[in-house]
Amino acid sequence: MSRPPLDLLFNPQGIVVAGASTHPGKFGFVALHNVLAGGFDGPVYATNPDQPSILGVKALESVADIPEGAADLVFVCTPPHTCSEILRSAASRGIGAAFIASGGFREAGSEGARAEEELVQLARSLGMVVAGPNGQGLISNPAKLAAQIVAPIPPPGPIAVASQSGNLVSAFMNYAAQSGVGISRAVSAGNAAMLGVVDYLVWFAGDPHTKAMAAYVEGVEDGPAFAAAVKRVAAAKPVVLVKGGTTPRGAQAAASHTGALATDDRIFDGMVRQSGAVRAQTIEEAYDAVAAFATQPLPAGPRTLVLSSAGGWGVIAADALSKSKLELIPLPADLKEAIDGLVPPRWSRSNPIDLAGGESRDTIPEVIDLVADHPEVDAVIYLGMGIQANTASHLRSGPYFEAAELARICEYHERQDRRFAQAAADASARTGKPILAATELGITQPDNAGPATLAAQGSYCFPSADRAVRALHHLWWYARWRKRLLG
Amino acid sequence: MFGVGVLSEFESKQLLARHGVAVSRDKLARSADEAVAAAVEIGGPVAVKLCGSSLAHKSERGLVRLGLDNSAAVRTAADELLAAAVEDDGEVALLVSEMVAGYREFIAGVVHTEQFGPALMLGLGGVLAEAVGEAVFRLLPVSEADCKDMIEDLDIPALMAPLRGEPAVDQGALVDSLLGLARAGGGEGVEAVDVNPLVIRDGLPVAVDALVVTTGS
Repeated sequence: MSRPPLDLLFNPQGIVVAGASTHPGKFGFVALHNVLAGGFDGPVYATNPDQPSILGVKALESVADIPEGAADLVFVCTPPHTCSEILRSAASRGIGAAFIASGGFREAGSEGARAEEELVQLARSLGMVVAGPNGQGLISNPAKLAAQIVAPIPPPGPIAVASQSGNLVSAFMNYAAQSGVGISRAVSAGNAAMLGVVDYLVWFAGDPHTKAMAAYVEGVEDGPAFAAAVKRVAAAKPVVLVKGGTTPRGAQAAASHTGALATDDRIFDGMVRQSGAVRAQTIEEAYDAVAAFATQPLPAGPRTLVLSSAGGWGVIAADALSKSKLELIPLPADLKEAIDGLVPPRWSRSNPIDLAGGESRDTIPEVIDLVADHPEVDAVIYLGMGIQANTASHLRSGPYFEAAELARICEYHERQDRRFAQAAADASARTGKPILAATELGITQPDNAGPATLAAQGSYCFPSADRAVRALHHLWWYARWRKRLLG
Repeated sequence: MFGVGVLSEFESKQLLARHGVAVSRDKLARSADEAVAAAVEIGGPVAVKLCGSSLAHKSERGLVRLGLDNSAAVRTAADELLAAAVEDDGEVALLVSEMVAGYREFIAGVVHTEQFGPALMLGLGGVLAEAVGEAVFRLLPVSEADCKDMIEDLDIPALMAPLRGEPAVDQGALVDSLLGLARAGGGEGVEAVDVNPLVIRDGLPVAVDALVVTTGS
């Protein structure tokens, strides 16, 4: 029974690096290095007619020397004119998929374009699927597969990425490495001769290791088909799209007012709204959104409460909320009363809830529970986590740690921040409501007890209040689409 | 099916009306006498415009006279407009229309985009529509939910609420207009549809000027 073609790319039984090199500056070296360093589960083969072995792997003369049925995927690093012979040899050994990293095809001019077309026809006639050419490779963490000509190897996790630009795949993977919310699959579509971004998204939709996906697209060849495919994918899982290369020019400048107003940007925006994807303007925003989708439940509505022990951040969050379609609700009277009993009287008594002062913080877990349990609250933004542990870190590294016997207070501070972060994660799990915690300490001090506790849960620490609000807005927008427009 | 290029304002609005878009009360007149009679029949102040399938930019050429509230004014306007026609305008007539009063003017239309095919638009209308550039699109076919979402996406809630003594915009009626436009614009032989302005009168949208661009095939 034959497997779906993209299964062969992302879950191959074995892999061949065609054109492996001993020269550490060449793609053929880096590709083999990454496959080995990534700890791929299956057999790894390499071809190079001039070398006995590379990185401990015996170098074969040609792909035709691979044992029949031993590999599903050939990763090609050799010049364009060699690719068709490699595909033929690969097909003869039962290899069903190729990732062609080599450049020199369509991007190089009309001759390259012709070679690319011929390659696609050949692959079709051989029953093979080809990714690329001119792509940087793919990551498939469930298979421990890192078949790419660049770094990084991101941690495993629930996010899948497909991109028309290789270095933006790397950008997503670098954010994943930094935040700890990792990657299931990531692929650079390259010239997308046979497989476009949307083909990967369709496969991710059925991938049990993927919870949410992000994609970067520039051109779209068949717009209506793209929109229909995105809608099918979004019906299954959240999709975050970034569109590059929009022009301000209208579709038909002179013919009609409607045409003059029909810019790429507005049309793409409308397509996204209908198809249920969410659109991010930047890669950073897209990562925030896809990490939120991958780690938070969807809100049932837009009613948002901000809980802060960090004054100004609460105000920033409120400002960001007022510019979004989320609702900064008035603090419900019964909630006000309940919190009154838990904290000293100078708290804000309004939304944002500003606990205003260190002595208030001990009750944060109880306040988080009250807020999350309240029936009029759909989502919570939690700010101020990690401040105590940040102080502890400073005390630990300062000159008085021993002399002033600061160990106990440091441990107390760190324990508190672990408690608060844990309380946020637990309350979200218990209520099924999103609770987005934000602090810059997740970046500036990732081992801080607050962010580190979140990271240990596989949760995402948003780098700022406004970025948390923007991500929550994407969650709500997708949830809203599922309610109102998915039909 | 249609002639090459554009339909006249009168034909454009008739096409839209057949698809359920509310349009202003219009009468076509061949002479000043007919224009006066049409104005009397419509009643109240009227607009008189030169009308023909080669007259896409009437305002820019001063071929629109508004708020004419007596027969003498209608006759004078009709005479002047007919005299202003040039050979390139081809066959022309006079379009006598009721004046539609409302503070709120939208623009709506359908255009065939290169990448995504036909798309429906709703935006802020009037003479500054293109300069302001507040417009949202959806790909055809559109559902009722898509049209509601367009109104929300335009994101000017104050414009939909009661305004300066006028009632709130009847969003169901606006959705119906959008659906009608989508049907008209998605039809065979139609390349693009423009309605500008779509005036809100007593809460209900009325197409006051319209232009249908045909594929001519």
